[in-house]
Amino acid sequence: MNASTLEVPCEIPADARNPVEPFLRMDRMPHIWCPACGIGTTVNCFTRALEESKANLDKVAIVSGIGCTGRVAGYANLDSFHTTHGRAIPFATGLKLANPELQVVVYSGDGDLFAIGGNHFIHAARRNMDLKVICVNNLTYAMTGGQTGPSTPGQTISATSPYGVFEPAFNLVQLAEAAGASYVARWTTFHVKQLARSMGEILQKKGFCFIEVLSPCPTLYQRRNKMGDGLDAMKFYKQVSKIRNGASTADAALTKSGEILVGKFVDRDRPDYLELLQAQMTATLGDRYAEPEVMCEC
Amino acid sequence: MHADPKGVLTGVHFLDGDHACCEGTLAAGARFSAGYPITPSTEVVERFAARIPTVGGIFIQMEDELAASITIQGAVWGGAKAFTVTSGPGFSLMMEHIGYAAMTETPCVFVNVQRGGPSTGLPTLPAQADMMQAKWGSHGDYGIIALCPNSPQECFDLTITAFNLSEEFRVPVMMMLDECVGHMTEKVVIPEAHKLNITPRRFTKLPPSEFRLFEPKADQVPDMVRAGDGYRFHVTGLTHDEQGYPSMNVETQDRSIRRLIDKLTPISGPRALFETENLDDAEVVVVSYGITSRVAQRAIQLARARGIRAGKFRIISAWPFPDPHIRELAGRVKAFVVPELNLGQMVHEVARAAEGKAKVVPVTHAGGSVHNPEVILNAIVEAAR
Repeated sequence: MNASTLEVPCEIPADARNPVEPFLRMDRMPHIWCPACGIGTTVNCFTRALEESKANLDKVAIVSGIGCTGRVAGYANLDSFHTTHGRAIPFATGLKLANPELQVVVYSGDGDLFAIGGNHFIHAARRNMDLKVICVNNLTYAMTGGQTGPSTPGQTISATSPYGVFEPAFNLVQLAEAAGASYVARWTTFHVKQLARSMGEILQKKGFCFIEVLSPCPTLYQRRNKMGDGLDAMKFYKQVSKIRNGASTADAALTKSGEILVGKFVDRDRPDYLELLQAQMTATLGDRYAEPEVMCEC
Repeated sequence: MHADPKGVLTGVHFLDGDHACCEGTLAAGARFSAGYPITPSTEVVERFAARIPTVGGIFIQMEDELAASITIQGAVWGGAKAFTVTSGPGFSLMMEHIGYAAMTETPCVFVNVQRGGPSTGLPTLPAQADMMQAKWGSHGDYGIIALCPNSPQECFDLTITAFNLSEEFRVPVMMMLDECVGHMTEKVVIPEAHKLNITPRRFTKLPPSEFRLFEPKADQVPDMVRAGDGYRFHVTGLTHDEQGYPSMNVETQDRSIRRLIDKLTPISGPRALFETENLDDAEVVVVSYGITSRVAQRAIQLARARGIRAGKFRIISAWPFPDPHIRELAGRVKAFVVPELNLGQMVHEVARAAEGKAKVVPVTHAGGSVHNPEVILNAIVEAAR
């Protein structure tokens, strides 16, 4: 920022509001995220998707695990749950089954969803639980200081891999597809339009939906790996991303500096958990089957 | 309010403790359970899985106990009454979410059919060695309620009590069965629905603009809401203020964590659950719970036959520990004898509450069977000298 920027005359009307404000708990601002962190960008896209979906926000719940992205739930002006590390998906499973009219969104990070919570992820996808899972993948455990995670690419330097990561990383989109997800997409925080559109699509789609968002962590990932700042991350995403809708997720593995395949990879229809449950019970119990009324009458 | 008749299997039955416990959950209004198989507890959810589709609810078998113990809490915030069931190794895995339930004041019930430990231990054989874990197993300071049935009938009755207390106090409640009580088959009488009192969830009557999710009422317990009703509330396991927002400061920590424990004080005093016999003239009191209380009953009879003035104090609500009641007894008896299927757990609570005013004699057993009543008798005889 230079001095002349500050001198530009600018009148902001007293009633002017950022269009995202109704979707956020403004009494909790400022948020805790670092400058140039990508999580806020994803939240911005999410609010756009919510706005365009015309969803009744009283019926949208958001569930997060632990970590930087785990803090999203606390800033969203929705019924929101900040759960334990890795357990956002099973919590969301109970919430959805008790109250199926809720649209339940799981918003969490790569370490939370795929290391400590990896088992829950694959089983929820297998069941085709009607959850919308948004994973902000910053390739590291940022909240705790930049340690190696299950999606950290090889050769990266991290706080716990000072000589370079040598473990193979998960290809998250391939894992999601193999486990049974109905919808799988990947974008970066450079692709804000496409990301908001994908988020809108999963709000309309039934079943287990998964969006991976590659998101910069300048403070703890890029600095250690001499990858510049937030702007450099945007340039990098722009330079190496290739939009390939419908591409095979098997070809979408990430490396430290190589191509990033983005796009919508999977969009298929499978009966979801509640549909399967009801079909099975109706077939076997007939008239004796009572539709679930899980909420207590009190 | 009265029980919903849909879930109440009114009649006289011949049930084991696990199955009776399941009927208790249904009578209490639970329409959601998440579980993971583990001996000797699985029969509870097996019966629930068979019964619930005709009652109108959901059982889901999760991928592990970590998942089961948090899935039920999602269901509770969605408006359900919910529970999970496990035994030793699974109970260890559930500790994370017992802490979460305590911290977020989520009413729910954990059934633990205790088996021998540590680790995989004795999967098919009894123990009472998870009693301290029930109270202290998750990290940090918090309070829970734990109930110890000693018969299938009590497995039914106390499961309803467990749900009722969890709703009244917004707290996780443990049903601490043991393998013997879980697998013992006896007569179980299930009353008509209108004779069962069910505590409703304390849903707020305030509009969203005035409601704060963790603002305590006069009984130190806050009212509740469910997702989808327009309250736009926030729940976190972080230390939080009355609104539910994270608050990382000493004052909030002190105020809110003390309240999690203080709100349960009535359970140790005026509302403690216990059963006594022959305390008026007792010189030695046998303090026991669960299956061991039934063995102790025989030992007390044998002692009385020998002219020893033995009395019984059967703990039903083990946590919070009934301190005032033990303290009062300690002032007028010579000794407490405390048999339990562990190497000494609740006996330390008895000694703490007795404050040195009476001798406290442990009768330990590493688990795998029940005590021989003679062993307890010998301890009574010795204590009476």
